[in-house]
Amino acid sequence: MNPFSQFFTSTDYLTIIPAVQLALFGCAILLFDAFEDFLFGGPQHRKRLVFGVLAAEVFAGMGLVKQQMHLGPDGLISGFGGSVTVDGFGIFFNWIFIVAAVIVAVVSYKYLEIAGEHHGEYYSLVLFAQSGMYFLATGTDLVTLFIGLELMALCFYVMVGFLRTDKRSNEAAMKYLLLGAFSTGLLVYGFSVMYGLAGSTKLAIIANRLAALPAWDPIVFLAMATTAAGLLFKISAAPFHMWAPDAYEGAPTSVTAYLSVASKAASIAFLVRIFMGPLAASRAAWEPVLAVVAVATLTIGNLAAINQTNIKRLLAYSSISHAGYMLLGLVAGNETGITGIAVYVMVYTFMNLGAFLVLISLRRKNIIGEDLDDIAGLMHKSPGHAVLMLIFLLSLAGIPPTAGFLGKYYIFLALIQTGHYALAVIATLYVAVAIYYYFKIVRSMFAGEETEKAPLATSLGLRLALGATGFFTLAIGIYPEPFLRLAQTSLLR
Amino acid sequence: MDQHILSIVLLTPLAGLAVLLFLPASNRGLIRIWANLTSLAGFLISLPLVFRFDKNLAGFQFEEHFDWIPSLGVHYHLGMDGISLLLVMLTTLMGFIATLCSWSAVEDRVKGYYAMFMLLQTGMIGVFISLDFFLFYVFWELVLVPMYFIIGIWGGPRKLYAAIKFFLYTLAGSVLMLLGILTLYFQHYAQFGFYTFEISELMKLNLPLHMQQWVFWAFFLGFAIKVPMFPFHTWLPDAHVEAPTAGSVILAAVLLKMGTYGFLRFSLPLLPGASIDQTIVQILAVLSIIGIVYGALVSLMQQDWKKLVAYSSVSHLGFCTLGIFSLNPNGIAGSVLQQINHGISTGMLFLVIGVIYERRHTREIKEYGGLAHVMPRFATIFAIAMFSSAGLPLLNGFVGEFTILQGAFEANRIWAAFAVTGVIFGAAYLLWLYQRTMLGQITNAKNLGLRDLNLREVALFLPLIAWAIWIGVYPKPYFDVLRQPVTQIVERVRPGYFDAPQQAGWQAKSASDPKTGAPAPLARKVGQSLSPVSPPAAPPAILARNGGVR
Repeated sequence: MNPFSQFFTSTDYLTIIPAVQLALFGCAILLFDAFEDFLFGGPQHRKRLVFGVLAAEVFAGMGLVKQQMHLGPDGLISGFGGSVTVDGFGIFFNWIFIVAAVIVAVVSYKYLEIAGEHHGEYYSLVLFAQSGMYFLATGTDLVTLFIGLELMALCFYVMVGFLRTDKRSNEAAMKYLLLGAFSTGLLVYGFSVMYGLAGSTKLAIIANRLAALPAWDPIVFLAMATTAAGLLFKISAAPFHMWAPDAYEGAPTSVTAYLSVASKAASIAFLVRIFMGPLAASRAAWEPVLAVVAVATLTIGNLAAINQTNIKRLLAYSSISHAGYMLLGLVAGNETGITGIAVYVMVYTFMNLGAFLVLISLRRKNIIGEDLDDIAGLMHKSPGHAVLMLIFLLSLAGIPPTAGFLGKYYIFLALIQTGHYALAVIATLYVAVAIYYYFKIVRSMFAGEETEKAPLATSLGLRLALGATGFFTLAIGIYPEPFLRLAQTSLLR
Repeated sequence: MDQHILSIVLLTPLAGLAVLLFLPASNRGLIRIWANLTSLAGFLISLPLVFRFDKNLAGFQFEEHFDWIPSLGVHYHLGMDGISLLLVMLTTLMGFIATLCSWSAVEDRVKGYYAMFMLLQTGMIGVFISLDFFLFYVFWELVLVPMYFIIGIWGGPRKLYAAIKFFLYTLAGSVLMLLGILTLYFQHYAQFGFYTFEISELMKLNLPLHMQQWVFWAFFLGFAIKVPMFPFHTWLPDAHVEAPTAGSVILAAVLLKMGTYGFLRFSLPLLPGASIDQTIVQILAVLSIIGIVYGALVSLMQQDWKKLVAYSSVSHLGFCTLGIFSLNPNGIAGSVLQQINHGISTGMLFLVIGVIYERRHTREIKEYGGLAHVMPRFATIFAIAMFSSAGLPLLNGFVGEFTILQGAFEANRIWAAFAVTGVIFGAAYLLWLYQRTMLGQITNAKNLGLRDLNLREVALFLPLIAWAIWIGVYPKPYFDVLRQPVTQIVERVRPGYFDAPQQAGWQAKSASDPKTGAPAPLARKVGQSLSPVSPPAAPPAILARNGGVR
């Protein structure tokens, strides 16, 4: 028997196939890009690299399917001595990352060409970030999780600042990097305390050790609070949300879309893993903390969005408020709550990406297209875009029969099941606040007068992506059954 | 076709919408014709409901039942009882009239305009025939978006403010109602072990009173804002004044009824304990009475024609909710009938305003005066609409208000005493309005050349006038249709109400215990014997009480 195989079995390999493939394709894209003159005859054909991303995603998807087929009787595959665990939860979230990455990749080339910053490494960064996310959703070891988080975050720091000549983009990247580094420090501190308590970095062992301690143990609380601070930063929950509006506004819109959806989904997956895993025993201590954080997040996100005139900023605040809803699912913490988070993340992926796609179409040569005035009269100029945006916004607000309603439905139901009536009332009333600022956009689109006549940017990728996000936003709302079943596979065991 | 008739009625506007989307936006004539055909078809298709409806059957008819989201226990479950029947017919008829009245009023973005009306129509019909709470909620919310656009795009000067106010108010109420729904849904799971949104299943719940009360208030917010009951009425005048004529017509005639319907279909049967709770009943009755009196007084003060009618809606809807919370057959039947009446008469009043606004582009009452000289047909029709709204005997308003007052009287004489002032004020503001606009000499030269109604405009009013007279003269079919559902609701809320000894002494009984509205016998049989002079047409229950009062 090969001594090597003791440390790297085929099962180990199975648990990381998708991430490996994503990383390899990422490297391949870098190489292709380096020889682009030779390979496809110049930078004007750089958009062919999108096919590299698509191929990577196909392979990653096949990897997920293979994992799904090999799930053990307990519903999971464990690799590397329990450092990586593939289960329904991880697979579900990875499908979401795939959807997000595909959509972002196919819409990016047009945007970056217009912005004059179309470089091949962008696509590699998308894939590298995604392979980091893979470990956030499947990691069950503090070190694995940390590496996954940093891999994702570093890629995003670069992508946010991708418009090198744009001041806002640079500023955004700098802010995100500094605050992100600080929050990571807090997170690692929390990890170190957990390691100190348990003597292991494996989540399962930490969970056992912490369960033996009283829920209100101050050291456990310290570990919880610092870990939470680091994670709350990533999902842009209050009071760690400050970076989000600046980073979202400054980043290229395609990156904003990716950041707001995939990064948030991965971080939520991480959050759920930690809080429903090692910290599950000290629920009594963190539940009120998270409840306060969730309400604060809802409040800040929703109230600050009201006065925004930049749509990207407005959507940034709205995405903060969505983080609040997702946190409420964790506060409820029962089966419905966790399914609710999965459903919420799923619908949020489509509707939020969709809304940003419309903004991407608004970016044209010499027109930034991010202000409320820029979208004015969209109904005259391009009724299709306007109606799609309306659907996305209604869905973001949670109005049936759009997908967004399902997400909110689960969260509200989970809160009621667990007796959090006051939280439920607050959460529902913010729906009415949200509709106010979402409808500022609607009002501008439908009742405003056009400020300029330039036609919208369009490309095959953009059209397909808009169609797909619009379709799923409506389809999940109108016939949710298959999607709900999918989400129910994601329950942690 | 019979087993899918409700789906057909429900989806006809959507089918029309699907075709409309493919018509060229520039061809307004074609779009107008198509929209009118669709709405006419919507009405005609709903007519068989009337003929096939069996008024003697208890429960729901034309039921359709499919699983929609099995993992949540959501069903596509439609069904119709007498209350739904009347409201659906009102909806389809008003939908047609609203579409027709927009023929020359709307020139801008015609395609979007009619598309919104078709979507709205589906939403409203869906609300009235859903027997699954989730489905109901979807339709309930579906109505908001098209109405927002109808007010916000084709409305008056402050349209955007009015539109978002309408949206926010109703949405805030309905999300809280959603929490109430989810509470029932979860409690059902706790008691029966499976999740379902079926109304019939949720009715089996056995909830403690305090929980019923909480859920009741959650529902109350949703429904009361929609009705609107005082003090949640402030969105209504804004929405009405700014909405285009057809929007006002639909809003007043149908949309507000969604709230009262909600009380009847959900609050009362699902939460019987809370509905009979003395505190709750008192609060709702008092709010209704305040609405009646306040709405009427504010109407008296209005300088704006449309605002006057808008506030009169608050007053009339106060009657409807008062009838509901009288919790007796007369009150509830009267309430439903009054909902139809309000749809007819206020619909007509808004059409009247639309006609004059199209000509003069102002709604200031003082701009008018003596219009009867130049527009005799218009004056006649306005008079009928006005009398119908004011409750002149032999027109519809009288029957509804009278029955409600009887119900209120049976429940609590003081309520009836206050509510009846609303009738008086109602006559006052309407007659005064008529006098200021129609009678006397023409004081404003601009009014001299006004064109009288054309054929299309007369055609708008004719069906409504005919309906008003029908209800006023011969309301028996309506009470017949309502008998079963109303009996069921009363039986559900006050078990044993109909078992009390059938004696003529109802008066003594209710006098002995007026506050709690002690079970008084339904004096149906007695009534028939007591009414030698009245035509057999009149509702027996009314006559019984009528004789008693005399």
